[in-house]
Amino acid sequence: MTVLFDVEHVSKFFSASGPDQLARLRRRLSGGPQKLPKVHAVDDVSFVINKGETVGLVGESGCGKSTLVRMLARLVDVSDGSIKLGTRELALKPSRVFARDRDRARVQMVFQDAGDSINPRFTAFDAIADPLRRLRRKRGKELRQRVEAVASQCGLPLALLPRFPHQLSGGQRARVGIARAIAVEPDLLVLDEPTAALDVSVQVVILQLLQRLKRELAMSYLFVSHDLSVVRLLCDRVLVMYLGKIVESGPANSVFERPWHPYTQALVAAVPRFNDHVTERLRLKGEPRSPIDPDPKVCRFYGRCPIGARDCKMTQPVLRQIGSRRVACHFAEEFVVERVSSVHETQTLPQA
Amino acid sequence: MTTAPALRVEDLSVEFRTRSGIVRALENVSFSVGKGETIALVGESGSGKSVSAYAVMGILDPAGRVTNGRALMGDIDLLTASPRQLAEIRGRQIAMIFQNPRTALNPIRPVGRQIADVLIRHGKLPAREAALRAVDMLRAVGITDPGRRALAYPFEMSGGMCQRVMIAIALAARPSLLIADEPTTGLDVTTQAVIMDLIADLASELGMATIFITHDLALASQRATRIVVMHAGLVVENAPTQDLFAQPRHPYTAELIAATPDSATSLDELAAIPGSLPDLRRSDLPPCRYSERCPRKIGTCAQPLPQVAFGTEHVVACWNPIPAPVPLKRAIGAA
Amino acid sequence: MTEIAAARPRESPVAALFRHSRHVLTQNPVTAFAFGLFLLILLAAVFGPYIVPYDPLASDTTQALKPPNAQHWFGTDQLGRDVFSRVISATRLDFFIAVASVALVFLMGGLAGVAAGFFGGWTDRIVGRVADTIMAFPLFVLAMGIVAALGNTVQNIVLATAIVNFPLYARIARAEANVRRDAGFVEAARLSGNADWRILVGQILPNVLPILVVQMSLTMGYAILNAAGLSFIGLGVRPPTPEWGIMVAEGAAFMVSGQWWNAFFPGAALMVAVFCFNLLGDGLRDIVDPRRRT
Repeated sequence: MTVLFDVEHVSKFFSASGPDQLARLRRRLSGGPQKLPKVHAVDDVSFVINKGETVGLVGESGCGKSTLVRMLARLVDVSDGSIKLGTRELALKPSRVFARDRDRARVQMVFQDAGDSINPRFTAFDAIADPLRRLRRKRGKELRQRVEAVASQCGLPLALLPRFPHQLSGGQRARVGIARAIAVEPDLLVLDEPTAALDVSVQVVILQLLQRLKRELAMSYLFVSHDLSVVRLLCDRVLVMYLGKIVESGPANSVFERPWHPYTQALVAAVPRFNDHVTERLRLKGEPRSPIDPDPKVCRFYGRCPIGARDCKMTQPVLRQIGSRRVACHFAEEFVVERVSSVHETQTLPQA
Repeated sequence: MTTAPALRVEDLSVEFRTRSGIVRALENVSFSVGKGETIALVGESGSGKSVSAYAVMGILDPAGRVTNGRALMGDIDLLTASPRQLAEIRGRQIAMIFQNPRTALNPIRPVGRQIADVLIRHGKLPAREAALRAVDMLRAVGITDPGRRALAYPFEMSGGMCQRVMIAIALAARPSLLIADEPTTGLDVTTQAVIMDLIADLASELGMATIFITHDLALASQRATRIVVMHAGLVVENAPTQDLFAQPRHPYTAELIAATPDSATSLDELAAIPGSLPDLRRSDLPPCRYSERCPRKIGTCAQPLPQVAFGTEHVVACWNPIPAPVPLKRAIGAA
Repeated sequence: MTEIAAARPRESPVAALFRHSRHVLTQNPVTAFAFGLFLLILLAAVFGPYIVPYDPLASDTTQALKPPNAQHWFGTDQLGRDVFSRVISATRLDFFIAVASVALVFLMGGLAGVAAGFFGGWTDRIVGRVADTIMAFPLFVLAMGIVAALGNTVQNIVLATAIVNFPLYARIARAEANVRRDAGFVEAARLSGNADWRILVGQILPNVLPILVVQMSLTMGYAILNAAGLSFIGLGVRPPTPEWGIMVAEGAAFMVSGQWWNAFFPGAALMVAVFCFNLLGDGLRDIVDPRRRT
């Protein structure tokens, strides 16, 4: 397996809406601490994406997955860390100017809301042609032929190309978004919940299309989704994120069959399965901890986790390798076997 | 069921007048919910499931018109009730919660007040007592520090908390029927589990009947004892959950199950449903709106639809339902 | 809700625009009327001076203050000039003032506003302060001040009108750009290799245009009224140039003594023009906004 993308210790901090200017000035004059509070959207994340692999990224809203993929796609700058495409360090070039970079075409993205991601004043043709015009300098007949070829490859009838987004169905818009992304033949395609807004029957078609395209164009996928059943079907490996950190990663099937991290367990238990009356009442009480200046010594999951041992608030668990998997939990090995067979009783924990 | 149902919908038909024609959104939709029962209305977008609920509640878009049918709650037909009767019933006997909790709440009123409004209107409580009861309701729906939260505005709360508030508002007057229109779409899956648990717990505590409207078949299978499958404005199948998944009878139901990721172990096993929704503005719509895409279509399918019963509980609207037990994956295709 | 319209054979965007325009006009008789009127005004502006029966500047005191008759349809003014010829000839000037003001304020305010909304930061702050400064003055007084300081030429009237309307356009454009700056299609445009300025002009501006177009047509009416107002108080166009405002100003004095036609006809022309431009705004929006296309 050759490594395509190597992400190391990537972090992204946003300044939280701190006190106003007057308060800051007052604080500075009185000699108090001057560091502004920061939101740790992504905190020290490391992983690789290999050639031809489909890596899934799951986690709930606020876990940082959208920010992470936007850093990978160079739409957002990293606060810290490195993103290597092959041998080239991408994080060095600011995202503001990356649009004109020679490697821009190698990473492309498909968005969740296809309708929002297409300019309402552009026809489907214009939308697909844009990257070809800008990145591949195609014009005239050559441009038209390429657009039509890509549209056909994505199952989009050519008659729909002159239409505007509001004249297309959800599935058709999704195809336009995909066609636009693959038109420049990227190495890595980031898919940010591409089927979330689609009906189940349309979703099948789009997922199978994505599968086919991956083979035909030899791309790697980074598939972000909250729908674990879809991730299970499509992805080779999966990364589970919580509050800016990766808490578990490994082969998709085994992570979902036998999750090790308590958060992953809660996630898997919460997914509705067919004809399965809710037996395992593994409920997460309360709200996630604040991502603003989190205590570096306390596990991010502490407070909602059924295990609430002393170690959890003394030392931040590190993402460590166990076989083909990585887990960030002090008790991963010890509790593995027990967790699978027992039915959890939840404890109502005080909100930390 | 020996006792009268909480709600019985009979032959409900709704059409919408639009600039490009009349959309026959619902055609003779019938279903019922027993007291304390939880059913699910399942279908894709355009199936008419939300329209059915809106028609029953009397909150259809002004362009919509009920052209036929009754919605019986006890002796009262909600579709022909007077505005005063409806105002009494809504909130008091039927309550509804919606998909996007943030937009369904009033953004400029504290949430405690919004709950208290219901109590004042229907519970006839004085303002101070209503405010206290509102705090109780917030606690009952699992919001921590309810006294302080009651003063908060919707924008200060997360999606999950807003949904809890909406549940609190809906249940404040202890209705006998709750209609939940995609209550967890847009929420995280762990939050979804907690919210669905909450609704189920409160429903059993209050003896309340629940209608879940959802496109998520797996979610419906987990929470409802009976499932009503809708397609293009028609009810195609109505069965207890176990029966439906053990043996789906309508070809559309079978296709829907086969298209759900959870039913497959690999992507290639998933089956797309062929064709697409018919245009509901057409005047030449066949009686079975699935027939044009149906792999099991036969000559009789041009006739008005029958109601075929399998046992006492399982009804299908199909001329060529899937016959005797076959494994799920092979239920699609020629018999 | 899926809207599956019938697929059309490939046609150029211009042809599509024409077809859509025709559709809008047939659907909406009021817009069609406004368009017709606009064309009439345009024709009068372009060809008017060539087809009028009398030289608008030729005075003949023997014919002074004659009421409307067969030779002088709108009567004559105090210097014996044919009012009809003057009203028609004035169309060109007033139309020019309207169009030029609007074009200038669109360029200045539209671009500044879009840049402020899209880039934020210092661009936003500077544009905001400039707009605030302008808004601190009563707008007509400001226009008066500008023309008084720079001299009453047509160019200065146009400039004054543009400056006075700058905050409005800047604010509208800024709001629209701000909303769209985080839209999915902006991110997609970056992924497609578009630099920021290209996104601004090629992606954001076309979306802001429909809203500005409506405003532009309203401003055209305002610009004419503004020029007329300035002329009325002597800060506008200089006599003997025919211009509706100045004609109303000069004719007003004669209303009392019963010679109503001096002020009435130019005033009526003003009213018709402003009315037409206002109606036009609505119709234009329907044409320009693709979301209204079926």
